[in-house]
Amino acid sequence: MPNKTVLHAKHLEAGAKMVDFHGWEMPINYGSQIEEHHAVRKDAGMFDVSHMTIVDVTGNEAQAYLRFLLANDVVKLQDKGKALYSGMLNEAGGVVDDLIVYYFDQTNYRLVVNSATREKDMNWLLKQAETFDVTITERPEFAMIAVQGPNAKSKAAQLFSAAQKEAVEGMKAFFGVQAEDLFIATTGYTGETGYEIMVPAADAADYWQKLLDVGVAPCGLGARDTLRLEAGMNLYSQDMDETTSPLAANMAWSITWEPSDRNFVGRQALEQQKAAGTDKLVGLVMTDKGVLRAGQKVQVTGGEGIITSGTFSPTLGHSIAMARVPSTVGDSAEVEIRKKWVTVNVVKPSFVRNGKSVL
Amino acid sequence: MSNIPADLRYASTHEWVRPDGDGVFTIGISDHAQQLLGDMVFIELPDVGAEVGTGDDIAVAESVKAASDVYAPISGQILAVNVDLEDTPELVNSDPYGDGWLFKIKAEDPQEVDGLFDAEAYQGNIEDE
Repeated sequence: MPNKTVLHAKHLEAGAKMVDFHGWEMPINYGSQIEEHHAVRKDAGMFDVSHMTIVDVTGNEAQAYLRFLLANDVVKLQDKGKALYSGMLNEAGGVVDDLIVYYFDQTNYRLVVNSATREKDMNWLLKQAETFDVTITERPEFAMIAVQGPNAKSKAAQLFSAAQKEAVEGMKAFFGVQAEDLFIATTGYTGETGYEIMVPAADAADYWQKLLDVGVAPCGLGARDTLRLEAGMNLYSQDMDETTSPLAANMAWSITWEPSDRNFVGRQALEQQKAAGTDKLVGLVMTDKGVLRAGQKVQVTGGEGIITSGTFSPTLGHSIAMARVPSTVGDSAEVEIRKKWVTVNVVKPSFVRNGKSVL
Repeated sequence: MSNIPADLRYASTHEWVRPDGDGVFTIGISDHAQQLLGDMVFIELPDVGAEVGTGDDIAVAESVKAASDVYAPISGQILAVNVDLEDTPELVNSDPYGDGWLFKIKAEDPQEVDGLFDAEAYQGNIEDE
């Protein structure tokens, strides 16, 4: 039996086409994934992300534990509610998962990790916690809805109480706050402004309906994938996994090397990788007809690579991709598409932000 | 559930065929096929005037999800292609049996169409997949 989120019945009610996503039966679209994509870029859309795993880390050594667990450094988090993106590495310097950590105080943090890797992540979190005075608590009693798009905040605010409006007033990007029954965060996976809202599971269907009623479009995993790819955001297990160095997955910015005496899991391997050099993740743009797809071969100056994620970009009207290639790369690359080699442009892996092309 | 008009013929590869008279047939892909593929983003069509044989891959329907070959369900010559699909490939999704048609073939042997599935047989074929 596949897992179902508490919003499953709402998806069926809206005519969603459901698919298996790593053991979860989730909506791929509610009719047209391109229309859903445009709703997020131009107005407001919402995603059921209740399948993601919420984990609270509390205790006297919560900060020390996370400084050991994560490649990014939670010491950077000084303001209450501030969030940080980080890779969680294994000893070999591969990516066990990528996650967001919210800071409340030095004894109290919240992690959001991927659903596909839930069991592995929980085992890893517990194993690394053995020598620390921390408590690891999963929070399955929350559903999570991501409301994203230029009008997402104003539409969601129509549902907020006076206290909740006050709590999010002036809140910058990448923060989260507990406001009455909701945890409201200015995070997302689309390259648009908006909220990720944790809502008690029992209230989630009602909350979803209220968002529908104020004109937020339901969006499925199909649109979620094209939106995140346009935004240049990695998808775990597709763009990186346990065998991938974060340096080869456009995650170098999320590694905090200083102070050099901070020991974190995978640091030693990572330093060796850095010294030896790694492949890198680049963006590809093809303005000709056709669509770049994951698995297609890529030729660059330094040798052969592979497309990790590729799609048609609804915002740009042509195809884009992320590819892992040898570090020596010019402005163009050759991609093998349906037995033909096609020349494409090489760019930084970021294509669209706030509704506009960044190419 | 997908729509399978009773007055058309179908290939096992999900093309539909409609007689226009004078041995000319309009061809597109079925509602079932467009639902499987999802939102269309590019349709690559054959050249007008090209001679095609039954089973040749002569067009490509590329959706957000995948690229799929479209096969000639009968032999003959390409008489026309749907140029509207150049700018609005989504017509294949919204109106697969109407404005979303792909091309027209002047059949070498119009009787060949009788060998294709009727609606009931095509329905059975889908269910067996």
